[in-house]
Amino acid sequence: MSRIHSPVELEEFRKSILAERDPNKPCITLCSGSACHATGSKDVAESLVQELEKQGLTSEVDIRRTGCHGYCERGPIIVIHPEEICYFQIEPGDVPEIIDQTIKEKKIIERLLYSDPVTNEKITHESEIPFYKNQERLVFGSNGCIDPKSIDDYLAIGGYGALSKSLFEMTPVDVLEEVKKSKLRGRGGGGFPAGRKWEGSRNAPEKTKYVIVNADEGDPGAYMDRALLEGNPHSILEGLVIGAYAIGAQEGYIYVRQEYPLAVENVTLAIKQAETLGLLGKNILGSGFDFNVIVHQGAGAFVCGESTALMTALEGRVGEPRPKYIRSNIKGLWEKPSVLNNVETWANVPLIINKGADWFTQLGTEGSKGTKIFSLVGKIANTGLVEAPMGMTLKDIIFKIGGGIPGGKKFKAVQTGGPSGGCIPENLLDLKVGFDELSQAGSMMGSGGMIVMDEDTCMVDVAKYFIGFLTDESCGKCVPCREGLRQMHRILDNITCGKGKESDIALLEQLSETAIEASLCALGKSAPNPFLSTLRYFRDEYEAHIKEKRCPALSCKNLISYYIDPDKCKACMICAKQCPAAAIDGGKKKIHIIDPDKCTNCGTCFDVCPSRFGAVTKISGEPVPPPIPEKDRIIIRKSKEK
Amino acid sequence: MSKILLNIDGKEVEATEGMTLLEAAQNAGIFIPTLCHHEKLEPFGGCRLCIVETGSGDRSKLVVSCVYPAEQNLTVRTRSDKIDRIRKTILELLLAHAPDSFQLRELALEYGADKDRFEKEASFCIHCGLCVRYCAEIKKKNAVGFIDRGISKEISFIPEIASKECDACKECFPLCPTSYLQASFMLTKALAFSPPSSESEKKRE
Repeated sequence: MSRIHSPVELEEFRKSILAERDPNKPCITLCSGSACHATGSKDVAESLVQELEKQGLTSEVDIRRTGCHGYCERGPIIVIHPEEICYFQIEPGDVPEIIDQTIKEKKIIERLLYSDPVTNEKITHESEIPFYKNQERLVFGSNGCIDPKSIDDYLAIGGYGALSKSLFEMTPVDVLEEVKKSKLRGRGGGGFPAGRKWEGSRNAPEKTKYVIVNADEGDPGAYMDRALLEGNPHSILEGLVIGAYAIGAQEGYIYVRQEYPLAVENVTLAIKQAETLGLLGKNILGSGFDFNVIVHQGAGAFVCGESTALMTALEGRVGEPRPKYIRSNIKGLWEKPSVLNNVETWANVPLIINKGADWFTQLGTEGSKGTKIFSLVGKIANTGLVEAPMGMTLKDIIFKIGGGIPGGKKFKAVQTGGPSGGCIPENLLDLKVGFDELSQAGSMMGSGGMIVMDEDTCMVDVAKYFIGFLTDESCGKCVPCREGLRQMHRILDNITCGKGKESDIALLEQLSETAIEASLCALGKSAPNPFLSTLRYFRDEYEAHIKEKRCPALSCKNLISYYIDPDKCKACMICAKQCPAAAIDGGKKKIHIIDPDKCTNCGTCFDVCPSRFGAVTKISGEPVPPPIPEKDRIIIRKSKEK
Repeated sequence: MSKILLNIDGKEVEATEGMTLLEAAQNAGIFIPTLCHHEKLEPFGGCRLCIVETGSGDRSKLVVSCVYPAEQNLTVRTRSDKIDRIRKTILELLLAHAPDSFQLRELALEYGADKDRFEKEASFCIHCGLCVRYCAEIKKKNAVGFIDRGISKEISFIPEIASKECDACKECFPLCPTSYLQASFMLTKALAFSPPSSESEKKRE
């Protein structure tokens, strides 16, 4: 590879890459992100290489190890091009059959196809599967078709075209105006209009300015930024260089968690490749514009995702937030104007430049344009990463894309926006997803986490979990967050243990007000959301816990008892044998009873009792019925009566 | 430096550019309670007790006066029901650590804070950071620092530095609102300072 000196050379280089590629040559793409790695994608890749070699097909068939396809529930995923045959949950043992049948014979292997859970219909093509069909994969779509370690792959799909257009057909102000016009808002949490942020930095008098990628993704269950950085690092780099050009920065940073080794590896490689081709560094594409990028690995503090804490950490100091009455786009990293945007925000920039703000604003709601990638997890059939147009309803995301709640359970709430987001109940499922819409419902967009909960989830326990997470992640600098969250967590813990007091709700509200109004940074200011939103929509659950010492979801361990219904118990001994506390008394023909003094409420008996008996039940808020008299415990089986 | 005129509690106050609201108020003889502020140190913004209200009506907002810059024509109120309620809660949270601190008890009286509202905590440090910052910024010794994070955060003397510097200085001692600092120093001294050189020489002999 040699340096590219002009837009013309870039296009020639792109043509030469495309000329070498035969669109009809079979190509097996295999998802190889961190999630796929965990489900065995590496072994599948090795088998593919070996099998093709064995069959002498190495030069006939391409293998492309791509980033995450999003449908992690069914990974590892193989898509065979050009037919786009899609196979799920591939194991190394499936590989020979795939090569024999599909590659050589062009036959479809039914058992590896997606099977519709309702109709049982087999679906061959990725784009026809409900999970994908209902998405709008503008930012995330390329993940499935390029090898993130190959800059040629990115160039082949038009990569760096937006950079070339920005540098040679647009002035920095044109770029800025286009991004402003697109109404792109930050995808990391705050939802601040990116164009306005950029404009502030551009107009700041200081000459030295910085652009920063916030890849310190830390919300429990969220991994869209990781998937983008791992799967399509050049798209983020391209967006970053365009942003730097628009505001006049010569240096940029990618602040990425150390816990994302593959993302670090892929983005570091991408930077090297872009530098070699002259798409980064001095005199980019011969335009006279210089820009360098440095990858900085974060040490794993959640609070470093907060802009000022991130910048303090970049400066080499303890990652604690600082007051931002003067915004960091004016006075940020090393007190210089600094534009910090999230991974996904930067990845949107090349699209906006290529297709224009008018195209971008066609999608979405009044206040939220474009698409958003969500991390759909929890009690949901199709766990994974989904990209939906802004304005899609929660119901469509959860039921059409997500496939609803598994196990015949009932939907209860969806927690959006990460740990400091809120829980949205069933009657608001028609809510259109957008920054303002979610805030009005007491939650937030955040970075796009969506945790689905079913009827077995206790909302007080959920609030306790998230407040506990934030208590652990508080930096400890300011009192309302450090001390306030500590106390909130303690009170919530007491409530779930049956030690709640009538005055607790008012006290929690007071601590919430103090944290919201007086905390130093957004972590503390938004931390009470899990409590406030669950109180808003599920106040009855708080009251049941406090007043009746009852957990309506039968989830809080300290508020429930297990009971064996003597009318249903068939004295099968399964629960008695598996009880780790030896708390179940009974025999082969003797109805089982639980000794409450020995029982540890572990729930094993409930889980193992055969569903056709369903004899073990959970009881909360009422006394456990007394054991039946000893003489009635003997079961006389009819068959033996004869 | 250009002059700034603002209004604090109905009083016209003059400030210069770069001044914080707290400094402007103090210059005009208006009292705002603080715990982590020290005139010789960089603003910290940790205790949040100096919270005040700026603007009016829909545009009013709560800001922390020790870090908020004075602005021309700004209207500031240093007391309101909401401010008092927040200060009371902050004091109650801190009294769970240091119920006997004179400074806290005096403020508690003013804001009606109940020292027993929350369960008592083991450590009586309130993390104002005065000792840590004084040692770093004024003495430039860093003999005492913060360790750990969040609710596990504590101050700690660094024995290697403290054993050389602290006995002759102790300028941070009077700054501590709770006397936790003195306790921490005594503990470090007892456990981790090397014995005085004469003794160690004796041992060698």
